Amino acid sequence: MAEDFSVRRYLRDVSLPFCPGCGNVIVMSRFLKAIHELGHKDLNKFVFCSGIGCAAWIPSPHFKADSIHTPHGRSIPVATGVKLVRPESNVVVFGGDGDLLGIGLSHLIHAARRNQDIVVVLVNNMIYGMTGGQVAPTTPLGFRTTTTPYGSFERPLDAARLLAVAGACYVARWTTVHVEQLVEAMKRAITTDGFAFVEVVSQCPTAFGRRVGLKTSLDILRWFKQNSVLLQQAKEMNDEDLEGKIVVGEFVRRKLPSFSKTIYKVREVAKGAKKN
Amino acid sequence: MERTRFWQGNEACADGAMAAGCKFFAGYPITPASEIAEQLAEKLPQVGGIAIQMEDELASLGAVIGASWAGAKAMTATSGPGFSLMQENIGYAFMTETPCVIVDVQRSGPSTGQATKCGQGDVMQARWGTHGDYMSIVLSPNSVQEMFDLTIKAFNLAEAYRTPVVLLADEIVAHMRERVVMPPPDEIEIVNRKKPKETQIAFFGSEEIPPMPSVGEGFNVPVTGSTHDERGYRYTADFLIHRELVERLVGKIRRNALKIVDVESHNIEQCDVGVVSYGCTSRAVYETVGLAKEKGIEIGFIRLRTIWPFPDNIIQKIAQNAKAIFVPEMNLRQIFYEVERAAHNCAPVFSINKIGGGEMITPDELMSEILRRV
Repeated sequence: MAEDFSVRRYLRDVSLPFCPGCGNVIVMSRFLKAIHELGHKDLNKFVFCSGIGCAAWIPSPHFKADSIHTPHGRSIPVATGVKLVRPESNVVVFGGDGDLLGIGLSHLIHAARRNQDIVVVLVNNMIYGMTGGQVAPTTPLGFRTTTTPYGSFERPLDAARLLAVAGACYVARWTTVHVEQLVEAMKRAITTDGFAFVEVVSQCPTAFGRRVGLKTSLDILRWFKQNSVLLQQAKEMNDEDLEGKIVVGEFVRRKLPSFSKTIYKVREVAKGAKKN
Repeated sequence: MERTRFWQGNEACADGAMAAGCKFFAGYPITPASEIAEQLAEKLPQVGGIAIQMEDELASLGAVIGASWAGAKAMTATSGPGFSLMQENIGYAFMTETPCVIVDVQRSGPSTGQATKCGQGDVMQARWGTHGDYMSIVLSPNSVQEMFDLTIKAFNLAEAYRTPVVLLADEIVAHMRERVVMPPPDEIEIVNRKKPKETQIAFFGSEEIPPMPSVGEGFNVPVTGSTHDERGYRYTADFLIHRELVERLVGKIRRNALKIVDVESHNIEQCDVGVVSYGCTSRAVYETVGLAKEKGIEIGFIRLRTIWPFPDNIIQKIAQNAKAIFVPEMNLRQIFYEVERAAHNCAPVFSINKIGGGEMITPDELMSEILRRV
């Protein structure tokens, strides 16, 4: 009989910095549940990289593991360097929508294109939370933020679809309401031999909810539940009906040679080509 | 056995990196530095290393930092525009004490400037390019031989002081071809970072240059560019922790400046005129010494192999002996002000500048300026 799951096993004795009701706690516990269910008793085989923003605090410094807290947006390049030198490590990136889809978007797309064998967990709270609630690349059209006081005039980015097209081997999107699906998605991502991406649409009551009429964490979760549409259902719906919906499910699950495998294979060719 | 090669500067740099034990290169194409990436793309995989072209210079230095934390000696190479983009990660590497080598082959700036033409305009950027208090170690080769030698030295200093080191080359030394002597591998001094003992937990303090674990070795090290204590835990409110950390990071270079400083000097005790130069510009000085002798003027010169830390004490010495000091540079006065500051009014300091088209300052131009002033 397996031991009972406890997040404490994997956490340092450091208090968490998150606001009451923050979705990061759900993301953290779902990820660690996946780790537990995969049979990892500790995080020694993992290296975590994260950039700047609230979501970056999920692993750093809280996970009892190696963690590299990088400049804003640069977690994926750093993870790339780590993975190429230590392919035996499981390299996992955590980041928010500002970090991964704003300042760091180019790195994210290129990592998917290369099929870099890392896991990226995007915590999409549709806002720049740490800096006080500015508009993000994921803020829904018309929503009020501190830098769009009359409502956002930009269309949000669909990261899951983008990365599916860019070349990822695994892409899933769920919200913090979908706690069981999240664990399953994390497990599948961690065991994917290639680029794996899990987008978690998450609640920020502090910087997002209170400005858009969703005062509590529960209000936002209810909104997620009412607006989530399964990918299979979404295929039957037209664009108009899908406006403002959160399409959830597995977008991609496929096998392609991972970047590490490909680059190491090329290295063998190079060794053979060495002129003396 | 020693081997000789007829090499291009950038090729010599790539081979210097190989000789130093570099196992990871990440870069982005840019004139006039691309040959370094091309050379390492061919050679690194042959010895079990990795060379990768990233999507930009931000990612290039990011990957280098990741590789260094994974335990590899790592390098990137670029030119001014890319060097500008690397500044945020240079600050991060400094703050997290990540050894790595950044080659900046200078071209004419600002901005895209004259991409294929030589310049020396990044000297101050190499010192002050990233934000906040920090110290840079910056080396300046003036020959193809030094593109080889100083690349090795850059790795050794990075490993010894656990800090990013900049090899500040220029288009002329990077693209010219000269004879290079490669010593036998066992005669090349190689420095490797200090590794922690199994039970150690302080990787960011408690000693001037702490040991560095690699990720994936079970040390569970938290690395952050935020202010952190000696274990790596973030503390952003405590003034003492910030002060101690940043003062140690600056101090470990400042206190060891005399050991790090490396200059070529000639006749600085008995000279009429002093010349302080670096990089390709210094090559005109050698010939000027002879031209001046014919006119009965003794030139003493200092050639900066390390630009930063700046060798204040050696500049002082020449300022006490020379009637005037000349600073030729392919920029509009950068090291000039440093020389003036270090000279402490002991001797007047004159600037000789030339920018544009990659045209070097010639010995005749140097000579006529000396004659005009002295």
